[in-house]
Amino acid sequence: MKAGKFFAKAYLWLLLILMYSPIAIIAIFSFTEAKVLGNWTGFSLKLYENLFSGSISNSLFKAVENTLSIGVLSAFFSTLLGSIAAVGIYNLKGRKKQAITFLNNIPMLNPDIITGISLFLLFVAVGVTQGYLTVLLAHVSFCTPYVVLSVMPKLRQMEANTYEAALDLGATPGQALRKVILPQIRPGVVSGFILAFTLSIDDFAVTLFTKGNQGLETLSTFIYADARKGGLTPELRPLMTVVFLVVLLLLLLINYRSSKNTNKK
Amino acid sequence: MRIKRTTWALPYFIFLLLFVALPLVMVLFYAFHGRDGGITLANFVRFFQTPEDLHTFVYSIEIALITTVLCLLLGYPAAWIMSNSNLSRSSITVMLFILPMWINMLIRTLATVALFDFLRAPLGEATLIFGMVYNFLPFMIYPIYNTLSKMNKSYIEAAQDLGANPVTVFTKVTVPLSMPGVLSGVLMVFMPTISTFAVAELLTMNKIKLFGTTIQENINNGMWNYGAALALIMLVIIGITMLFSDSEQEQANEAGGLI
Repeated sequence: MKAGKFFAKAYLWLLLILMYSPIAIIAIFSFTEAKVLGNWTGFSLKLYENLFSGSISNSLFKAVENTLSIGVLSAFFSTLLGSIAAVGIYNLKGRKKQAITFLNNIPMLNPDIITGISLFLLFVAVGVTQGYLTVLLAHVSFCTPYVVLSVMPKLRQMEANTYEAALDLGATPGQALRKVILPQIRPGVVSGFILAFTLSIDDFAVTLFTKGNQGLETLSTFIYADARKGGLTPELRPLMTVVFLVVLLLLLLINYRSSKNTNKK
Repeated sequence: MRIKRTTWALPYFIFLLLFVALPLVMVLFYAFHGRDGGITLANFVRFFQTPEDLHTFVYSIEIALITTVLCLLLGYPAAWIMSNSNLSRSSITVMLFILPMWINMLIRTLATVALFDFLRAPLGEATLIFGMVYNFLPFMIYPIYNTLSKMNKSYIEAAQDLGANPVTVFTKVTVPLSMPGVLSGVLMVFMPTISTFAVAELLTMNKIKLFGTTIQENINNGMWNYGAALALIMLVIIGITMLFSDSEQEQANEAGGLI
């Protein structure tokens, strides 16, 4: 039995080492100047310097800026749209509820490439110039369903008649939503926002099809374009290392937040 | 006048019609129309008459199947070991297996390309499959781990008490009870592998083309009608996979409930 335990542990660690060796290699070789990956020409921060001040840096910063602003805006709009919709959907019944739930599920089940192409064809047919706004719209369309899904459970836990009570006491529907419903569903709204933001900054396929040809790039399309041109260019190494660290930090933060929340309860 | 709460759903319903339903209608529209505008099946006929595209299509399904099977073979033991070793849900080991799911697919793909560069491995079919498995393994491990760790351990103890040896316990109790997780893992690996496009390009430096790339190239080159038809074909394959797994999943759930 001891040997079995040992092999089990060893298997897990082997798998983890295999899974993380690519990113480890990239991180290690981001600290040397060699063009060819695998050559160590001594410790150097040159690649990081290039990243922040070299020829690549302008377009890179623009791409990061776009990624973040599209992420925040699409998270904001889909949280707004999705939270309000969730309240409505929760109170719908029968056919209507089925129809809207069915539509709401489509973007979550559709592969990215289909979502991207379908929106692309729509924009082309209508004749809009594709760019920042079409990307934003596309992101809102595939993020909102997740917001609806994360708000819904909170509505189920809510006391059903508080909204009517607020109206009876003279609140306008807007006030009732803001002062009565919102405080109760806030955790779902917040996690919906975070989810929408992560989905948006992670997206590649939908952005690629809806960004048009006016030169708009997000981080992922930028990396794609760069890798497509010249394979794995040296500057991508520090960039990927930084992205990996940021994701790691974000995840630890979210995990810490949620474990604190569960502790409170 | 009172605004009913159901009215709150209306803006989103209109949004869904405009930006989810209508785009899919556009795919249908383009797929069944020729460049000149008439309704036609020519785009589909063209697919079956283009050996290169047909071959890519079959090849993509093959690669997706191989990737899914390899992920299952590698991932199931890992999920099983983790669920057996009393790890808490937020333990470092579990976190480490889930973390890659949150990193951009392109970045992970490029990272594996870096590994192959480092090992001086020539990019080709082998690296394609390796890279795909690397990319999608967490998506197989996570759902299986989830079902296994939620599984009621007393079934296993009951089987042991009734004299089953460890192998029988595993094949007759653990595996059947973990089927819902296996199915959603298979779905989470198979569906993205069949529809990826950039991943294969980067992993093989354009030596091997998958169906997603074929679709993208057609759309990019302005062949919207043919591209839409190809997208529709992919959608059908994915629809079939989901229908199949839906009924299986129900059966698995029922079986789980009956025991």
